[in-house]
Amino acid sequence: MIKSWPSLSELRDQVQSGNVSAVSLVEKSIAAIENKKQYQAIISVNKENAINTAKMIDKKISNGDKVGRLAGIPFIVKDNFLTTNLMTTAASNMLKDFKAPYQATAINLLEKEGAIMVAKANLDAFAHGASTENSDFMVTKNPFDETRVPGGSSGGSAVAVILGMAPFALGTDTGGSIRMPASFCGVVGYKPSYGLVSRSGVVAMASSLDVVGPLTSNVNDASLILDIISGIDSLDSTTIVRDTESYDLQLINKMTTIKDLKIGILTDFLKNGVDSKIKQNVFNNVTRLKSMGAQIVDISIPSIALSLPAYYIICPAEISSNLSRYDGLRYGYHTNKTKNLEEYYSSSRSYGFGKEAKRRIMIGTYVLSSGYYDAYYKKAQQVRTKLINEINGAFKQVDFIVGPTTPILPFKIGEKTMDPLQMYLSDLMTVLANLVGIPAISLPSKMINNLPVGFQVMAPQKSDKKLLEFAKLIEDKIK
Amino acid sequence: MAKKLSRDDILKLAKLSRLSLTEDEVHDFDVELNTILDFISALESAKVDNLLPTDQVNGLTNVLRDDCLIDYGYSTESLLENVSNLKDHYIKVPKMIGES
Repeated sequence: MIKSWPSLSELRDQVQSGNVSAVSLVEKSIAAIENKKQYQAIISVNKENAINTAKMIDKKISNGDKVGRLAGIPFIVKDNFLTTNLMTTAASNMLKDFKAPYQATAINLLEKEGAIMVAKANLDAFAHGASTENSDFMVTKNPFDETRVPGGSSGGSAVAVILGMAPFALGTDTGGSIRMPASFCGVVGYKPSYGLVSRSGVVAMASSLDVVGPLTSNVNDASLILDIISGIDSLDSTTIVRDTESYDLQLINKMTTIKDLKIGILTDFLKNGVDSKIKQNVFNNVTRLKSMGAQIVDISIPSIALSLPAYYIICPAEISSNLSRYDGLRYGYHTNKTKNLEEYYSSSRSYGFGKEAKRRIMIGTYVLSSGYYDAYYKKAQQVRTKLINEINGAFKQVDFIVGPTTPILPFKIGEKTMDPLQMYLSDLMTVLANLVGIPAISLPSKMINNLPVGFQVMAPQKSDKKLLEFAKLIEDKIK
Repeated sequence: MAKKLSRDDILKLAKLSRLSLTEDEVHDFDVELNTILDFISALESAKVDNLLPTDQVNGLTNVLRDDCLIDYGYSTESLLENVSNLKDHYIKVPKMIGES
């Protein structure tokens, strides 16, 4: 099933040498999308535009003109990225017919390097979820077992990569939405440091937690994509300065060696709520790292158990604020017959938002309301400070922290939809990185019961390059 | 544990959130929202009084730009394309008070 595409650097060589045409790559991508419709991963296809762009790139190459690092290479984006060629739905009834007036910065940067957007992928509506079941349109299926979920919220993007619909895809990660589906679908999912990649043109979920990142079939590809999409953007005031050197691992001369590294593991935290087979899988990987010369250190982040409750306060609070812009007037679904403005708002919003969005808006409104603000929202922000202090302390002892990406294996479609809290618990291992803003990656580990499992590595804030280097060192050793 | 939200609280929250809920939704939220609130109430025990709240992890404050016009190349038409009820470049809204 896996990797019907060569690596991005091989593709680059093939296209730029004229051995393979950009048109043939786009056609291959579109054929895969059409042949694998039953997985319901794709919302819309950019066929005509993509082929026309590919023709232009082929012409440039045959003329001997300079082309970008991703010239002619197809990619897929989660449908919460604004695009000017295709509708941007966020898989919601609210934005079902929304035509964006501008495009996301990350897509513009990829296109500048010659990459070609071929399709937009399914997600939990507004990225609220961990299974892609909250999409208002359709449920994406896990290619390893069609009765199971692909994870979420970037489920469509992960399925697109593992099924070879494109060599890479973009996703967003607010509490694990890139890493979790990457884990469930057996691909690499990279969550950069907060602010390293512009959020401009991405449908906002929780603005202090949202990041943009790639889903790929190997670590080198993720590093190249990060190199292209990262950096300060005047359209996103939360962006941070990137490294001056390239993140592309293939351009790095002197790589880290495992022998010099200290690896932290949260043994205590893994005691509760983690599937025993997944735990074993993590310990096997840790043993392997040890045999390669790494020093393994048992660490503790005392407040880590508070990270999920804090996340499920801060995240809905920001969601309720961000989703208040949907008034049915300027864009988004609107009702036709109402008596007055107030009713216009509530009836437009009640149809446009699905149940999970409503749930989160309600919780967010509650924790932000006067009388509860200090007890919930402010306290969660203070816990966030505590977690930052503790993680900084932990990274004084170790270079990286490793563990499972998810506490559970890919679950059955419908298994958790009746119990929202159970669905939230799937984020147990991933929300910490978002709350404290550090980079984290999910790598495919050895499968369990023929289902993919992710191995997560976290690194200090802004040390994305080091993290990618380490991930590259271990990617083949843990499979 | 005592329920944090009554049925009336849920209806009030819905009103504040500009949502009109169906009877089924009110019924489901009565259980679900209380379960979620129970879960997040784990924070009650956290000892964090002496810590400043974090609302932004990058430590950036007051990111400013020059106070000048920037042309991003968007046309007025494209920015208004999604408006539900447009009249001469104005957005027409329903009556605010009373019935329209």
